[in-house]
Amino acid sequence: MPTVSNEEAKAAVQDRSGVQPTPGRMTRIVDSDFFHAFLRSKVTVVAACGTLILFLLAFLAPWIAPHNPFDLASISIMDARVPPVWMDYSDPRFVLGTDDQGRDLLSGIFYGMRISLIVGFCSVAAAAVIGITLGLVAGYMGGRIDAIIMRIADVQLTFPAILIALLIDGIANGIFGSLDRDVFAFYILIVALALSFWVQYARTVRGSTMVEKSKEYVQAARVIGLPSVIIMARHILPNVMGPVMVIATINLALAIVTEATLSFLGVGMPPTQPSLGTLIAIGNDFLYSGEWWIAIFPGVALALLVLNVNLLGDWLRDALNPKLR
Amino acid sequence: MIGFATRRFVQAMIVMLVVALLSFTMFRFVGDPVNQMVGIETSLEEREALRERLGLNDPIPIQFYNFLSKAVRFDFGTSYQFRQPVSDLFAKRIPATLELSFTSALFALVVGVPMGIFAGLNRESPISKLFLSVSLIGISLPTFFIGILLIFLFSVTLQWLPSFGRGETVQIGSWWTTGFLTVSGLKALILPSITLGLYQMTLIMRLIRAEMLEVIRTDYIKFARARGLPDRLVNFRHALKNTLVPVVTITGLQLGSIIAFATITETVFQWPGMGLLFLQAVQNVDIPIMSAYLLLTAFMFVAINFIVDILYFLIDPRLRVGRP
Repeated sequence: MPTVSNEEAKAAVQDRSGVQPTPGRMTRIVDSDFFHAFLRSKVTVVAACGTLILFLLAFLAPWIAPHNPFDLASISIMDARVPPVWMDYSDPRFVLGTDDQGRDLLSGIFYGMRISLIVGFCSVAAAAVIGITLGLVAGYMGGRIDAIIMRIADVQLTFPAILIALLIDGIANGIFGSLDRDVFAFYILIVALALSFWVQYARTVRGSTMVEKSKEYVQAARVIGLPSVIIMARHILPNVMGPVMVIATINLALAIVTEATLSFLGVGMPPTQPSLGTLIAIGNDFLYSGEWWIAIFPGVALALLVLNVNLLGDWLRDALNPKLR
Repeated sequence: MIGFATRRFVQAMIVMLVVALLSFTMFRFVGDPVNQMVGIETSLEEREALRERLGLNDPIPIQFYNFLSKAVRFDFGTSYQFRQPVSDLFAKRIPATLELSFTSALFALVVGVPMGIFAGLNRESPISKLFLSVSLIGISLPTFFIGILLIFLFSVTLQWLPSFGRGETVQIGSWWTTGFLTVSGLKALILPSITLGLYQMTLIMRLIRAEMLEVIRTDYIKFARARGLPDRLVNFRHALKNTLVPVVTITGLQLGSIIAFATITETVFQWPGMGLLFLQAVQNVDIPIMSAYLLLTAFMFVAINFIVDILYFLIDPRLRVGRP
């Protein structure tokens, strides 16, 4: 286990327990191997800046987007399918053109990215919570509980996540009926994604838990009679979080892609709350009639987002893996 | 060997049984099968009679047993939206999906393996770096967006290749239709198979590159070079052979996910395969098709995993000794 992730874990614990950070912490971060390695990799610095910019654009969408695509009063069907400004028949109000309902595409992309990111973050968090809990329990308890949890994980791992998400979505459709779908779409999507991605966390956490379990501090905690739940949550959890952060970063990119794919296939976010995938699906219908910008621009935004997060995740994985140094 | 194979086989059967249970639960409890089959004006007595005839009043274990014994004979009930037996629908569409999956797997191997070998042997060459950057983009672009880009470029702008369907197909035997034998069929295959195979191609390329880099650092390769063996012999006889174990595993496992990702590609290109059928079923809550698709893909995955495990065992002699 590299020292860096332990430090991070300690920092995380401090944050949670509300202890003020020590004054030297900032200098410690700036001085660390981790930070130097970060500055040395130019691609990573670019990717980090790119990610930051895209996140800011997405989360500040209501304040910086030139139009509000959800404000029905401001959109007009007369503005539908206006091309981007550098083409003929364009309109200076719409830099990247408009979609089929006359919504500004640039603003649509900002808002869509926001929805994509929110779904991504929520589903990664949910998957992590499920996976970490099951992994801790499996690793710490061992025996039959461990066997059952890990067999479920094995079975699920034989299927690609997208298929599981599609199935869960289909089942949810069957239970809720199509009327309530738009209302629940967001939550169904998060549940579907979380249930598709928890396995990786569970396996990793289980592995590290089994290592930590035999260490002296855990045995000491046991000897003084602490309940298992406290030992797992307070003592083992902070020490197994390092790899989890890496998986979460890489999974964020995967979750965004999967969400976009589901939305593109028409089983994710509805057109009333379009994510990037929904926008591409809308644009796909107009591709053949020459209105390419409706599908291509959201697609490029999606690709940029995923590429930047992927680069960051790849680097994080290598940086935290001492074998590759 | 026999013991290992038997153990794996038993595990595979257990997985199939669990999936069958899931599939049955879905089939039986999501939505009411009777409501889906009859109109609003059907009386309660008629519904009850239908219920009895379908065996929905039997104890659950017996229903599960009936479900299983029917599934083994490829009887998955009747589709709610098409009013046809699910197995007929699948039979009509399986050739399309298998041909697409096969072509894209071939594309991934034929392009990915040489690229990976090259990038592994010439680590610092600018071409290798180009390969790596391209592969990163290939991994980051979602499958469906690659499809859209290809359609936009080759079908809409250049108008070289068709953007949907299978083209003309030729019937072979009683139910297999193939697009391999007509020009339009082959042309229709190009874009979908690139779309579907690109991700696998980048994966195989990166994997072979990583394995190559690791293997050429080992002592036996250094020794082979020291002995003055020609590069070609060292690279291909000694190094490549030892990179193949993980490649076989991943390729085998990816074969399964090609079939799964075919759902997306088939939707983008309106390819009349099983994936498109499954997606329509998800959108229209056609439970019999969904549960049958779950069972069939699970069967394919389990079978592939089983074969890969056995292959692994045959390729890597180290696994044969001292394995519990």
